[in-house]
Amino acid sequence: MSQQKLSAIPNVVTPNAPVIFNPDICNGCNTCVEVCQIDVFIPNPEKGKPPIILHPDECWYGGCCVNDCPLPGAITFNWPLQQRGYWKNKATGEIHQI
Amino acid sequence: MSTWHSYFKEQGHAPDWPYPIRFDQKQEIDADVLVIGGGIAGCWAAISAARQGAKVVLVEKGDTIRSGAGGPGCDHWCNVPANPVSNVDPDEWAVHMADRPYCNGIGIQIQCREDYDCLLELEQMGGKVRDTADEYVGAQGRDDKTKFMISPRYTRIHSYFPVPETEAEKEKFLKSEHKLSNVVIRVWGSTFKPALKKECQRLGVKIFDRVMTTSLLTEKGVQGTRVVGATGLNSRTGEFMIFKSKAAILATAGPGSIWLISTELGGYCNMMPRTVSGDGTAMAWRAGAALTTMENNMVLRIATGYKHKWYTGAGDASYENVPLVDANGKALPYPIQGWVDWGAMVPFPEVEQVVREKILKGEYKLPFYGDFPAMPEVERRATWNLMLGEESTTKVITKTFNDAGYDPSRDLLQSYKFIEGNSLPQWREASHSGGLLVDWDLKTTLDGLYAAGMQMFAPEDHSYAAATGRYAGRKAAAYARQVGESRISREQVALEKARVYAPVQRSSGMEWKELHAGIARAMQYYCSEFKTESLLKMGLGTLRRIEEEAVPLLFALDPHKLMRTMEDLSLLTHAQIIVNASLARKASSIPLNFQRVDYPALDPPEWNKYITLKLENGKVKIGELPLAFWGDMKKQYEARNKDYTGVYKGK
Repeated sequence: MSQQKLSAIPNVVTPNAPVIFNPDICNGCNTCVEVCQIDVFIPNPEKGKPPIILHPDECWYGGCCVNDCPLPGAITFNWPLQQRGYWKNKATGEIHQI
Repeated sequence: MSTWHSYFKEQGHAPDWPYPIRFDQKQEIDADVLVIGGGIAGCWAAISAARQGAKVVLVEKGDTIRSGAGGPGCDHWCNVPANPVSNVDPDEWAVHMADRPYCNGIGIQIQCREDYDCLLELEQMGGKVRDTADEYVGAQGRDDKTKFMISPRYTRIHSYFPVPETEAEKEKFLKSEHKLSNVVIRVWGSTFKPALKKECQRLGVKIFDRVMTTSLLTEKGVQGTRVVGATGLNSRTGEFMIFKSKAAILATAGPGSIWLISTELGGYCNMMPRTVSGDGTAMAWRAGAALTTMENNMVLRIATGYKHKWYTGAGDASYENVPLVDANGKALPYPIQGWVDWGAMVPFPEVEQVVREKILKGEYKLPFYGDFPAMPEVERRATWNLMLGEESTTKVITKTFNDAGYDPSRDLLQSYKFIEGNSLPQWREASHSGGLLVDWDLKTTLDGLYAAGMQMFAPEDHSYAAATGRYAGRKAAAYARQVGESRISREQVALEKARVYAPVQRSSGMEWKELHAGIARAMQYYCSEFKTESLLKMGLGTLRRIEEEAVPLLFALDPHKLMRTMEDLSLLTHAQIIVNASLARKASSIPLNFQRVDYPALDPPEWNKYITLKLENGKVKIGELPLAFWGDMKKQYEARNKDYTGVYKGK
C-alpha cells in the first residue's frame, strides 16, 4: 500500500455504479451499450470485456441494460443505497431490504 | 468493476473516446417525411408515413430500440373505447374525456377513434396485447373470448377528472348504475419498442440513432415560414447532420428537469430521463411555431430526488390494486383503485387527512405496507408480473425485488406514503402540459410541420402518443405528396453549425451541469408556486443574463457532453417560454396549477381561454383561443378522415 503510486484524481460522481457487471459471464456483446437511452456505457477498448460505465450520474435507472441482456447474470442492478426498498414477511414480521 | 475509475486505476490512463470523431464532417439527407424523435409517437409516425409510400427518415437521440418514455415498457393501453369489450361509445367517451379545462380535444378524439386500430396493428408487428398463454385465466377483467385483459384502472370514471365532491356523488360512483367502462387494456409493453423499430426497418424507414436534432430549417431561413428540414448532431461522433424534408413531424418529449437542480438525483427519481429536455418545443419556438398552455406546470409527483421511484400517481407500487395496511396489519381506508372502487388513482383529500390525523393519534402505525399476500392469487400475479412487470421502469424494479428474495405471496411491500414527505412546491415539472398548438391534421401553425405525442399541448399517455403519431404520419405524408421540393437556406445552416459547435471550441469555462443548475435555480426562485409580475420579470432578466454571460462560456470535451450542453440550451429556451407565458396569463387558475399573487381571483370567466405565444421577428407575440376551440369533435374528425379505413366501424 505504502509503495503504491497514486494519481491525483477528482472525487467520483455519485451514484457511481448503477449496475455491476460479472466479467465471468459478460462476453462484451455491448447490447447494454446500444439499448441505453442515454449512453451511460461505452464499449470496453478490450474486445470481449464488459463495457465501461462512463456516465453513471446520468443513469435514470430505466433498466433496459438489464432487461435486454442476453446473458443472465452478466449485468445486475445496483440501486444507490438510499433507493433500496423494504419489505416485511407477513407471517414472521421480519424486515428485509434490497 | 467496470467504472471509469477502476479502468483508470488498472490502466493508468483514461480510455480513448470509443467512436470516430467527425466534428468537421457533415451529411445531408433528403426525406419526404422527416420524423424527429423515435419514441412511441415518432415510431408510429414513421411507420404510418412509410405505409403511404413516403420516403421517411427518423432521427432519434438514443437508440430507437428502447428510446423514449415508453422504451422499457408500458402496462396500460389507456384509452381504447373502440375495443370489443368496451361498454362506451368512442365518440361519447372522447367528449367525456375532453370535458376538462385545458385538455386537447383533438388528440383525445383521435385516440378514442384510432387507439384500438393501433393496438391490433401492434399485435401484427409482434407486440403482445392479449393473454395468449392463458396465464391470467380467472382474473377479473379478463375476457375469455378475446383474451384481452381489461384493467381495473378508471373503471367507471376517469381518474383525471375532479374527484366527486359530495357524498351523494361518491355514492353514485361507488354504487354506480354506470356499467364498467372497460376502456383500458393491460398490455405487455416491453415487447413494443423492438417491434416498432423492426417494423420501421421493414418499411424502409431510414433511422439515424444517436442523433440529436438541434434546429428546424425554414424557407429562406425566415422565422414563421414553411419548415423545410432540420439540423442534427451525432452524440457519439460529433458529426453535423442536415436533413431536408417536405414535411417534418416533431415527436420529441417535454422538458423533464427545468426545476431540478441536481442532475445526478434527477436520474433515479424523475419520471423522465435526462434526455427529455424539450428540444422539439425549443426548436419549434425558434422557428416561429405557436405554443399553448406553457404556463401550466405542477409540483413533481415523484421526482424529489429523495423518493422511491415506482411510477407516477400514487407514487409506489404498494398501492395500485393492492390493499394498504399499517404496520400492525390494520386496513387503511384507501380506495383500492379498481374493481371495488370507482377507479381513482388517489384517495379523496379528506381521507388522506383522516389517515394523517390517526397516525398522529397513534391509531395507525407507520410504515404502511401493500398487502400483496391478501390478494387473490391471480390478481396478485396480474399486478406484480403484468402491471408492474411490464411498465416502463418498474420492470427492472420488480426484477430487483424478486432477485433479492421478495415474494409477493408471502411479503408485504413497504409503502412510503407519509414517511417520505411531500415534494417542495418549487420542485416542479412541465412535461405533461404545454406544447405545440395543432389543428385537426395535427399540423402546427407552420406549414410543413406536424406534431404528435408529448410534443403537442396537453398530451396524455403512451397509447395517445401511438395514435397521434400514426395520425400525424398519414397527414404529413399526404402533405408531402402535394408540395414541391424544399430548399434550405445555407446561411441558416451555417449559423446553426456555429451555434452547435461553439462549446467544443473551448476547453474550459462552464460545463453543462452548472448551466443546468443555474437555469433550475432561476426557475425555482422566480417562476414557482408564487408568481407576480415583478418576480417573473426578474426571472426573465436572470435567464437573459444566463444567455448573455454564461452561455458564451460553455465548453464540452466530447460529443456526448456537447449533446448535454445543447439540451441545456433547449431547457433555457423552454424556461424563457414558460416565464413569458406566465406573464401573459394575468389570472390564477386551479386546473393550470397557476397562482398569480397579483391576480388572485381563481379562474375568472374572462380568463378561461388558452394563451398562445410565438416568436414573430424575434419578438414574443401573445394570442388566445377559446376553450374547446376544436369544435364538434366527431364532426371535425369525420370531415377530415373520410378515407380512413380503420378497424372501428361504429357501435
